[in-house]
Amino acid sequence: MIDRDQVLHVARLARLELTEAELDKMAGELSGILDHVERMNELDLDGVEPTTHVVQLENVLRADTPRPSWPREKILEPAPDPDEGAFRVPSPQA
Amino acid sequence: MSDVLELTAAQAIERISKGELGSDEYFDAYAEAAAGDELGAYLWKASPGASNGATGELNGAPIAIKDIFCTAGIATTAGSRILEGYRPPYTATAVRRLMEAGAQVLGKTNMDEFAMGSSNENSGYGPVRNPWDPERVPGGSSGGSAAVVAARLAPWAIGTDTGGSIRQPASLCGVVGLKPTYGAISRYGMIAFASSLDQCGPLTRDVTDAALLLRVMEGRDPCDSTSVGIDGGVELPSRTDLTGLRFGVPRELASEAEGIEDGVREVFERNVALIRELGAEVDECELPHSAHGISAYYVLAPAEASANLARYDGVRYGLREGAPHDAESALVAMYEHTRAAGFGPEVKRRIMLGTYALSSGYYDAYYGRAQRVRTKIAEDFATAFGRFDYLVTPTSPTVAFELGSRAENPLAMYMADYCTVPMPLAGLPAISIPSGLAEPEGGGPELPVGLQLVSPAFGESGLLDAAHAIEGAIGFDATPAGVAG
Repeated sequence: MIDRDQVLHVARLARLELTEAELDKMAGELSGILDHVERMNELDLDGVEPTTHVVQLENVLRADTPRPSWPREKILEPAPDPDEGAFRVPSPQA
Repeated sequence: MSDVLELTAAQAIERISKGELGSDEYFDAYAEAAAGDELGAYLWKASPGASNGATGELNGAPIAIKDIFCTAGIATTAGSRILEGYRPPYTATAVRRLMEAGAQVLGKTNMDEFAMGSSNENSGYGPVRNPWDPERVPGGSSGGSAAVVAARLAPWAIGTDTGGSIRQPASLCGVVGLKPTYGAISRYGMIAFASSLDQCGPLTRDVTDAALLLRVMEGRDPCDSTSVGIDGGVELPSRTDLTGLRFGVPRELASEAEGIEDGVREVFERNVALIRELGAEVDECELPHSAHGISAYYVLAPAEASANLARYDGVRYGLREGAPHDAESALVAMYEHTRAAGFGPEVKRRIMLGTYALSSGYYDAYYGRAQRVRTKIAEDFATAFGRFDYLVTPTSPTVAFELGSRAENPLAMYMADYCTVPMPLAGLPAISIPSGLAEPEGGGPELPVGLQLVSPAFGESGLLDAAHAIEGAIGFDATPAGVAG
């Protein structure tokens, strides 16, 4: 179960603004999904190693050779508010 | 309808090589067909006459690309309004490899937003309709790619599969869909959903075409350190019998699969009998943890998605929504407004689910546990492959369902992936081939059913070969109404 206050807390963590209606609906839907997910609790998983990655790879290295990166203009092209060769954002304080 | 559209891509490529068909003529036949798309399957289409005379192994053949692959200069949205109008500076490695082999981009196909969905109804640009019945879904998330191949609006297509997003729509649209082994094809330039699961693969008219595309796309890529390619490459399939091969039928994903329709079960039983007739040994087996696949998947995939989708913040590309002036932090308010306006309901749901599962105090109970279930699922497959060369299951528990019928019930939608989720959790390759027709539950005209074959990691050449033999024996030649056979 996840209640409305928890949904609000998680939405803040996820930087998602939810409407009042969305908050209520989300609480119900997430609770239903989590109920299903919690069926995993039936399993005895003591001592089982977690899988983070299915292909056994370690330390994939490449030669440390300098090469050109993307030109600044190209990367700024799709930006919503490019300014003086940078990404402009609203003030974090105001 | 032009008879060019009736050829498989391999057949057309051969005719072009022999000088019996012009590559521009081939491209234009499909560009004109695509222009008449009434399924909502394309988000961007090349114009007739746009062929650039590409040469190479694929002889200028047109190909439809799921809109999750970055294509330099061509709008790439991943089905999301948050990326509306975004033109990537670079092209995904998988697409670049296709182009270097002489393929040409015919169009970008509609999809569930950020590949999250099993019906294509979660697209920010409207649903895709199933060519077999426009009131039904094509499956998802690669619904556009499956629909264009089935409706002859493209000779072939590529898509991505995280929990079934190639195989399930292939099944619902009556085409072939292959999810290769994790690491077979580079993910560079493929917009990330769940990075430990996502894999690119082909959706095609037949198994040979799928092999041809896999052969071109697979390989190590310095831009994706998890890509390793397929050792020894990919051989084109030729097998016509299954003598000496052992097939396992995991009961949890077949006779006991949750929500399996009677019609699907009957087709599957006929398919299994046919596999026996082709000379294979067939026996039932177990994948005891696969019933928990959906649970593990709907923790792991949303958790990874919540991290991957943090990048859509209105700063570097895509949508930005202004913030009210009275906000405590205009920057945080801009993030929150942008994401609220740009993401659809399912994407929000998964970001919330993933953020919750990773949040302090819940991490071990959800994420840690799901990773351990993942280990058990992989061990089950390893045990089964000690006895069998291949496993077979129905691809989807149901035929194509009606638009809107599951839209209000997220869990019912998630169950559409019941038979396809365990393989990506274990990183294994799996293919869906059209295997018959069945009436939907509740009656109505017959719709395609898919048969799923699974092999050990990097066993694609053998998997395609076995699928080729079964495909030949099934002889599936039904086509949607209005589409020539």
